[in-house]
Amino acid sequence: MIAILDYGSGNLRSAERAFSTSGIEVVVTSDEHIAIEAQGLVVPGVGAFAACMQGLNAINGAEIIRKRVAAERPTLGICIGMQILFALGDEHSEGQPHRGVGIWPGTVSKISAEILPHMGWNTVDAPDASLLFSGISQESFYFVHSYAAKTPQGQMQTWTNYGERFLSAVEDGYVSATQFHPEKSGNAGLALIKNWTSTL
Amino acid sequence: MTLSVRIIPCLDVTDGRVVKGVNFTNLVDAGDPVEMAALYGIEGADELTFLDISASSSGRETTLDIVRRTAEQVFIPLTVGGGIRSVDDVDRLLRAGADKISINTSAIARPQLIAEIADRFGSQVLVLSVDSRRARTDSGFEVTTHGGREGTGIDALAWVEKACALGVGEILLNSMDADGTRAGYDIGMITAIRGVSKVPLIASGGAGSLEDFAAALDAGADALLAASVFHFGIHRIHDVKSYLASHDYPVRTVAAL
Repeated sequence: MIAILDYGSGNLRSAERAFSTSGIEVVVTSDEHIAIEAQGLVVPGVGAFAACMQGLNAINGAEIIRKRVAAERPTLGICIGMQILFALGDEHSEGQPHRGVGIWPGTVSKISAEILPHMGWNTVDAPDASLLFSGISQESFYFVHSYAAKTPQGQMQTWTNYGERFLSAVEDGYVSATQFHPEKSGNAGLALIKNWTSTL
Repeated sequence: MTLSVRIIPCLDVTDGRVVKGVNFTNLVDAGDPVEMAALYGIEGADELTFLDISASSSGRETTLDIVRRTAEQVFIPLTVGGGIRSVDDVDRLLRAGADKISINTSAIARPQLIAEIADRFGSQVLVLSVDSRRARTDSGFEVTTHGGREGTGIDALAWVEKACALGVGEILLNSMDADGTRAGYDIGMITAIRGVSKVPLIASGGAGSLEDFAAALDAGADALLAASVFHFGIHRIHDVKSYLASHDYPVRTVAAL
């Protein structure tokens, strides 16, 4: 069973439908026990970094994620759900960065680009050994964000350019994350979801 | 690696059907919204926009159901506009499966609505739809309401600057003079709005020839919205993308059917 973490953020219905295409049962939940025990946990997220952390903390989400990492159970963060896995986020922080879950060190910061948000379909540069992008090449994915992580973290990094180079995906053992929305990225996104669910 | 230009079919929906007119009048039936959305998804649309032009509350409920059914089978971003007056309206649409919502008249009546939506859901969900026409305002472009029939006296450039400061994530610029004419996008209007906004800009109104799409990009549009040329089969989405790709504009290609 795949649990999609409901902490008041994100278009959960789309995520639920997209992950259901894998054939595995999907539940949308904020229940701590179910989220910790599920074969796979998806952490979605739209909105601002601090608001997402507030929603996450209200359901003990940071602890859920840390316990899953310790228990070696797969977790996938999407968009802000990726960003909050880092130690710090400086969105609307006025010089005092907000604390994230801290699975990876580093700060999520504003992208240097003339037009923001980075909105639309962009390509990725994934390593050959990537599991998430296995069998997927020359495809684009749907991004909507103004902030990103820019220093290499985790075992495997996938990069995208928009104004500057940023992390568009991280694969680090049992924790993976994408800055783009696979659930909104058409067939390429569904293929990536299938790649992830096949590891469960 | 480059961000692709987005090709966005727009479906004007009333009481459960897609309709299309010229200059927002003389509406004719163009099909079933969920079927059309699914087809455009397969054909390579980069996003879809539903504009609810229903006058009644039962029409609005029907649209909510259309959004729900579309989001269940089309895995590309979905924007919904029309009749949104409050944060609660936005919440209902996002829960039904919309990814972004567009507001227009209600933001003109009460600009603070922009900040309220952006604070609650983030700027990235919020598209400001600007129905603009050429008129004697400071910039020569005036904001209109009621499908271009009523002028507001508000200067379009000043309005866009104000709305960006309040937190909109994207601008959908509709030329009321060009809408449905297939005579080309209003290039001067696109250039002017691009000059005052740092958020993505979707050009709308007037798409006819393939060259029209390229001209709007040259003027600074990030995305291109069109309705009648797609609904009535004058161009397929694939044709537009092939044309743009052959002229070195970055597009997302999807596997051939």
